[in-house]
Amino acid sequence: MNTQLLLIQVFNGLVNGAFYALLSLGLAVIFGMLRIVNFMHGALYMLGAFTAFALGQAFGLGFWPALILAPLIVGVLGMVLERTLLSRLYGLEPSYNLLLTFGLTLLTQDLVKQVMLSQFAVSSAPYTTPEVLTGVVNLGFVVFPKYRLFVIALTLVICLVTWFVIEKTRVGAIIRASTENPSVTRAFGIDVSKWVTGVFGVGVGLAGLAGVLAAPIYSVEPYMGAELIITTFAVVVIGGLGSILGSVVTGFAVGVLAAVGAAIYPPIANTLVFVLMAIVLLVRPSGLFGLPEGTR
Amino acid sequence: MTTIPRTASRNDRERTIRAAWIIGLGLLLLILPRLIYPVLALDILAWGLFAVAFDLLFGFSGLLSFGHAAFWGSSAYFTAYLLASGQSVPVAMLGGTLSALVLAVPIAYLSVRSAGIYFSMITLAFAQMVYFVALQWTDVTGGENGLQGFERPSLFGLDFSNSVTRYYFCLAVFALGFYIAYRTVRSPFGQAQQAVRDNEQRAQSIGYNPVRFKFTAFMISAGLAGLAGSMYTFGHGVVSLDVTKWTTSGEVVMMTLLGGTATLFGPAVGAGLVLLLRDQLTTSSLPVGIVTGLVFVVVVLFFRAGVVGTVQGWLRRR
Repeated sequence: MNTQLLLIQVFNGLVNGAFYALLSLGLAVIFGMLRIVNFMHGALYMLGAFTAFALGQAFGLGFWPALILAPLIVGVLGMVLERTLLSRLYGLEPSYNLLLTFGLTLLTQDLVKQVMLSQFAVSSAPYTTPEVLTGVVNLGFVVFPKYRLFVIALTLVICLVTWFVIEKTRVGAIIRASTENPSVTRAFGIDVSKWVTGVFGVGVGLAGLAGVLAAPIYSVEPYMGAELIITTFAVVVIGGLGSILGSVVTGFAVGVLAAVGAAIYPPIANTLVFVLMAIVLLVRPSGLFGLPEGTR
Repeated sequence: MTTIPRTASRNDRERTIRAAWIIGLGLLLLILPRLIYPVLALDILAWGLFAVAFDLLFGFSGLLSFGHAAFWGSSAYFTAYLLASGQSVPVAMLGGTLSALVLAVPIAYLSVRSAGIYFSMITLAFAQMVYFVALQWTDVTGGENGLQGFERPSLFGLDFSNSVTRYYFCLAVFALGFYIAYRTVRSPFGQAQQAVRDNEQRAQSIGYNPVRFKFTAFMISAGLAGLAGSMYTFGHGVVSLDVTKWTTSGEVVMMTLLGGTATLFGPAVGAGLVLLLRDQLTTSSLPVGIVTGLVFVVVVLFFRAGVVGTVQGWLRRR
């Protein structure tokens, strides 16, 4: 394989990796803080894409306003779900959260399918790339679509900001305190449940954002999050459940490795991530960046 | 799982209730092909055993596998392959079950060292690996098209082209599988398994090795899931890619929850209810995903003991 092709694969891998990173970042925030394994994350990613599409169809809203609005809508929806449904399961095994969100996934996918069919008369639709970002950039060593570079850059910025807020700011300190010791935090006059709802909203908002970003690359369809979420779970296992750094680094790394692997031996494209997971589990059961079980 | 009712106590009342369940459900299964069409009845047996197998791990070991389709699916394919190559039905079923067991060795080894949610995600990811293999290895699995048109040679004068005959043959297989599950749960091994579930540290301190118990439980569960999968292939005469899909793994969880976890009969009852519901839905205009999703949500939120769990709790209180 020549270098040119390899570089293109690396860049394509970075684009896929950006989506893995954004999604597993949201999962990490939600699990790290709330101990919820949000199976619905893929469906919420799809809702982000669908909302952007629906806003465009119904109100002629373009990509940029959708990029802001759709994650907000998904985030608010997430907060409503957390308040009304998920909060009923706190104190039980985290498995029940997984089961509840699994049921919600089935529900959401089919609901969106019905809405797409009845309102827009399509079951899958392309989403146009914003004009500024059409075309390609010549990086000297490789020519690459502008929009994809934009996705990689924006994802990096968002991951950095999220990491910074949680690890370095007062807001992050409050969130960490709320989740590590809710009763003491409450004693300081902090409304823990509000913070929990907020964190969940931000986490799923990230999934919504990933969805809008994905819409121009992959087309919008009700099951677009279904396979992706499983791969993302594997990424999360490799990186270490709940580790923010782990999810971002692993997300990009898995994207690149899978793309390069696929160029060398195509059938392995989809399975490589799971093979990687098996190897990592053999060596480090708690994931590359995860703390050993029982220390949290 | 702290909310799951214990089944270990052995007083007379428990025994009477158990006998009533066995007789009642046994009779129902005997006349089932007269009540609903035989292929659906056979589906209930296959999925019922699958759910019982899953519950051996979930209800009795506290391990929520989200990848049991791997065993069900691999056995379904392997059974089809053996039937297509002219093997007799029992050999094909045994072969399918064995394939599930072989597959389970590495998966169980890697996953039982983790607990809780981690375990769920790992099993899910492994199942997905199996799914992609089934999708891409088209020469053997038929890829998206699946496998069809294989023989079901008759056995001891039983004509397997008749769906009622197939049903009763599978009822015998189901009874065998259920008996294995029953013996497992009631055996000293089963008791220890539940002790590990309820308090791993305590079980370890009295000399049990939790990882070994979980591994064994995983293997039994995977083997029975394999047996169920082979039954499914035998019943339908076709295998589609769906057998290895993650939704299949989710579906068996739902059946078990709906029927009642850690109740032995519950999962089979749940499987029956889900399949009957789905059968009703195919003739209505309601989309299946919306209804099943809704049922799932309601069960998890308000009805965690499931049908059999609720009834048993009610009988016990009287």
